[in-house]
Amino acid sequence: MTELNPAGTDAGTLIRLSAAQLAAKLAAGEVTSVEITRACLDRIAQVDGGERGINAFLHVNAEEALAVAAEVDAIRAAGGPEADALHELAGVPIAVKDLIVTVGQPTTAGSKILEGWHSPYDATVVARLRAAKMPILGKTNLDEFAMGSSTEHSAYGPTRNPWDLDRIPGGSGGGSAAAVAAFEAPLALGTDTGGSIRQPGAVTGTVGVKPTYGSVSRYGAIAMASSLDQIGPVTRTVLDSALLHQVIGGHDPKDSTSLPEPLADLVAAARTGNVEGLRIGIIKELHGEGYQAGVENRFNEALELLKDAGATIVEVSCPNFQYALGAYYLIMPSEASSNLAKFDGVRFGLRVLPTDPPLTIERVMAATRAAGFGDEVKRRIILGTYALSAGYYDAYYGSAQKVRTLVQRDFNAAFEQADVLISPTAPTTAFKLGEKLDDPLAMYLNDVATIPANLAGVPGLSLPGGLADEDGLPVGIQLLAPAREDARLYRVGAVLESLLEAKWGGPLLAQAPDLAGAPALEAQEAK
Amino acid sequence: MSTDATLSFEEAMEKYDPVLGFEVHVELNTKTKMFSSAPNVFGDEPNTNVNEVDLGLPGVLPVVNRTAIESSIKIGLALNCSIAESCTFARKQYFYPDTPKNFQTSQYEDPIAYDGYLDIELADGTVFRVEIERAHMEEDAGKLTHMGGAAGRIQGADFSLVDYNRSGVPLVEIVTKPIEGAGSRAPELAKAYVAAVREIVKNLGVSDARMERGNVRCDANVSLRPHGRERFGIRSETKNVNSLRAVEHAVRYEIQRHAAVLDNGNPVIQETRHWHEDTRTTTSGRPKSDADDYRYFPEPDLVPVVASREWVEELRATLPEPPAARRKRLQADWGYSELEFRDVVNAGVLDEIEETIAAGASASVARKWWMGEIVGRAKNADVDPGQLGVAPATIVELAKMVDDGKINNKMATAVLDGVLAGEGTPAEIVEARGLAVVSDDGPLLEAIDAALAAQPDVAEKIRGGKVQAIGAIVGGVMKATRGQADAGRVRELILAKLGVEG
Repeated sequence: MTELNPAGTDAGTLIRLSAAQLAAKLAAGEVTSVEITRACLDRIAQVDGGERGINAFLHVNAEEALAVAAEVDAIRAAGGPEADALHELAGVPIAVKDLIVTVGQPTTAGSKILEGWHSPYDATVVARLRAAKMPILGKTNLDEFAMGSSTEHSAYGPTRNPWDLDRIPGGSGGGSAAAVAAFEAPLALGTDTGGSIRQPGAVTGTVGVKPTYGSVSRYGAIAMASSLDQIGPVTRTVLDSALLHQVIGGHDPKDSTSLPEPLADLVAAARTGNVEGLRIGIIKELHGEGYQAGVENRFNEALELLKDAGATIVEVSCPNFQYALGAYYLIMPSEASSNLAKFDGVRFGLRVLPTDPPLTIERVMAATRAAGFGDEVKRRIILGTYALSAGYYDAYYGSAQKVRTLVQRDFNAAFEQADVLISPTAPTTAFKLGEKLDDPLAMYLNDVATIPANLAGVPGLSLPGGLADEDGLPVGIQLLAPAREDARLYRVGAVLESLLEAKWGGPLLAQAPDLAGAPALEAQEAK
Repeated sequence: MSTDATLSFEEAMEKYDPVLGFEVHVELNTKTKMFSSAPNVFGDEPNTNVNEVDLGLPGVLPVVNRTAIESSIKIGLALNCSIAESCTFARKQYFYPDTPKNFQTSQYEDPIAYDGYLDIELADGTVFRVEIERAHMEEDAGKLTHMGGAAGRIQGADFSLVDYNRSGVPLVEIVTKPIEGAGSRAPELAKAYVAAVREIVKNLGVSDARMERGNVRCDANVSLRPHGRERFGIRSETKNVNSLRAVEHAVRYEIQRHAAVLDNGNPVIQETRHWHEDTRTTTSGRPKSDADDYRYFPEPDLVPVVASREWVEELRATLPEPPAARRKRLQADWGYSELEFRDVVNAGVLDEIEETIAAGASASVARKWWMGEIVGRAKNADVDPGQLGVAPATIVELAKMVDDGKINNKMATAVLDGVLAGEGTPAEIVEARGLAVVSDDGPLLEAIDAALAAQPDVAEKIRGGKVQAIGAIVGGVMKATRGQADAGRVRELILAKLGVEG
């Protein structure tokens, strides 16, 4: 266990500080952005590569990140109105999931079909990071096109869980979660279609937020399922998620589904956490049977803490959640089959020519897609194409949409009885690499607790709930709020986080094993 | 290319009853595209009017063009359609390289406009009502050019070039209900219907409506059934018939071809047909079944388009007068004969004459100038008359000069040529060329004296009562004044001078 000295400015300390702490140090002139950024880049160099490396990064953007950091430092040093106008997070580095397009860096979506492709435009969230002058450390690994719950479906090798290098970091955003958990980056962006931010957060002991659908622009996030996808923060604290959400969120005229109204003050909500008199609803269908005992234990402890802090715990029932997974696995592949049609070798990315004549466009498209897509992507394209086919549409896509409406109604009813809902984020802790690779259904079941929020468009936050008794691995607690009430998640999350940290005597990640071959850690311990 | 058997049109009509149906695609002339901010401009360098959205790059999202919605509602209203209070887009999915996303964003279950009609007036005044099923919004595809191989077709081509400038251009597709009862007038009705749609969208100002540029494209469905039978025959769909004449010919040809197929006891194949202007025939395209599976589903990246009743009524209030009603009104106002008016319409100078009259010319003067002078010059210059560069004010000014006796008609046409040559306004040209009719009697009297002195014998004859001899003196004066004198005035002055009663 590593003691953290928040007053320190050595690299070993800097990489472990939260974004809010780094921002405060930058503002106070105690540290430069170049020092922080270099510390992160050094950490990436130490722990990310090699046979047993984390492999959180598909691309490291050292040169540009340091240049942005130096620019922020120069502005701060010069003082004056430009320095005063700097964003609170200016100079705090961040990693970006490689599903989000960036100018100046490759974007692969974890797929061979986009290998070497550079986007000519920035995603809106990336433009907002740049406007806030946050150095972008690089692009993080993911399941191909965000399709998976373990990051094992990446065409560029799996990411390892910093808590146990033989285990999965969750998925699809395993790279972003692992980068934050392994102290390679204080902040990261993820995308969440069925739990791809929250479930990796749960199994790596980090915080992940799926904002209300439409709260953050999707422009520049390579679409898997348009009606479910949402970009969100991956961080080590609830406050950091609020800070990042505030940077990337808000209306974007380039995204027709983006909400028109301005964001609530999420940072204030995180800073003034309070649960007194709040009704917190346990979702009957999202715990108990099928959930690992250690997960249940940590979940029940969290409920006790919240009760002690003045919240009222109620039980709500969402009977249609039992159909949510099935509906999700029709809607998501249907939309994905359509969204992925553009990857055809005609205009960008991989182009594979058939080995035998004739050389027709259909055959070039087919050869490109056969070679460029991995098995899980093909599985979902086939499933979705089938579900949308004439004669099957009503039975599959149509029925799934009806279930979606029922799930939304369940949420509406539940939010009549409770201000915030709570559940474990994932039924189990991190499983072993390869354990579920040949069993898609078992893999899909990992998302059973996170999927309903995507179907209904409501916001969800996962935060560390402690370590499971049986395996000592992180457990995630999920909070859910009504659409547009993201602030409630931060208000409740901040309370639960502080109660848990008081119990643990510090952040959960301080209990994570030291990563081998990491000199920065050794230096820290030598003190 | 095999040649299909045909029956004569007359024989086909004796045996069969044609049923028509049209899908007319209208490209809107919005500044930007249907779902992106890229310019909607025809004829630029390939792949320059594109952005990441038009190319379907990873991560992009569509945003609906509000002006395109407005234009679509206007078209719907002009076609007497109901306008949906709320409607959605859908994805029509098929892999083809002119469609960057490999799906077309279109409307499926709920078009923006539906259940309308259009009354079509045929040449003899017969009015035929065509029912409109729907008008829906969608995006155009890019343009493929097949290189190598025969006839620019994809079959046998070595490779294809694709220009995405057109990709994402807003389209409104107008679909008729089956048109029954046209009989032998089916080809004429086909042409008149497409002409009417073209005129409406042009009149609304929502499309450039130039068929040769593909602004208005017609797919013509034709089927035949024996007289007296209710059930429709199997149809063919002739794609992209892109001139009014071609629409008429294509429908006529397909009727004759179907008739021959049916006469031989064969079933008509449900398929698309390609129109060939050179041979005025169609050839087989691809089989088309009603069960073509485009896997339509609601476009999840767009929210529903909501057209409030207030907005629709605001737009209705801005609609121009329908073209047919306008023509009736103008003909009555101007007092042109049927023939004169038809000539004006066919010459394409209806708007120009209206503007010229509005600028102060009389209806007959406006017609005389446009039909008598400008149309011919435009034809020689190979441009539309309106494009020649004659402003209504120019004609008004010329006509006034003639009326006032400043110049005569012959001079006026010369001045018009000067205007077209860029020499300035009519007044400037008259001034510069010294063209004004001489009306100051002083110089005229001098010229008359000179002419009388030069021909004393003629002067004597006139004095003696042979007034018809005056022509020689007038001619002399006109010659001396280089034709600028008013011949009538000259005559008066000569007679006065000689003391002879005219």
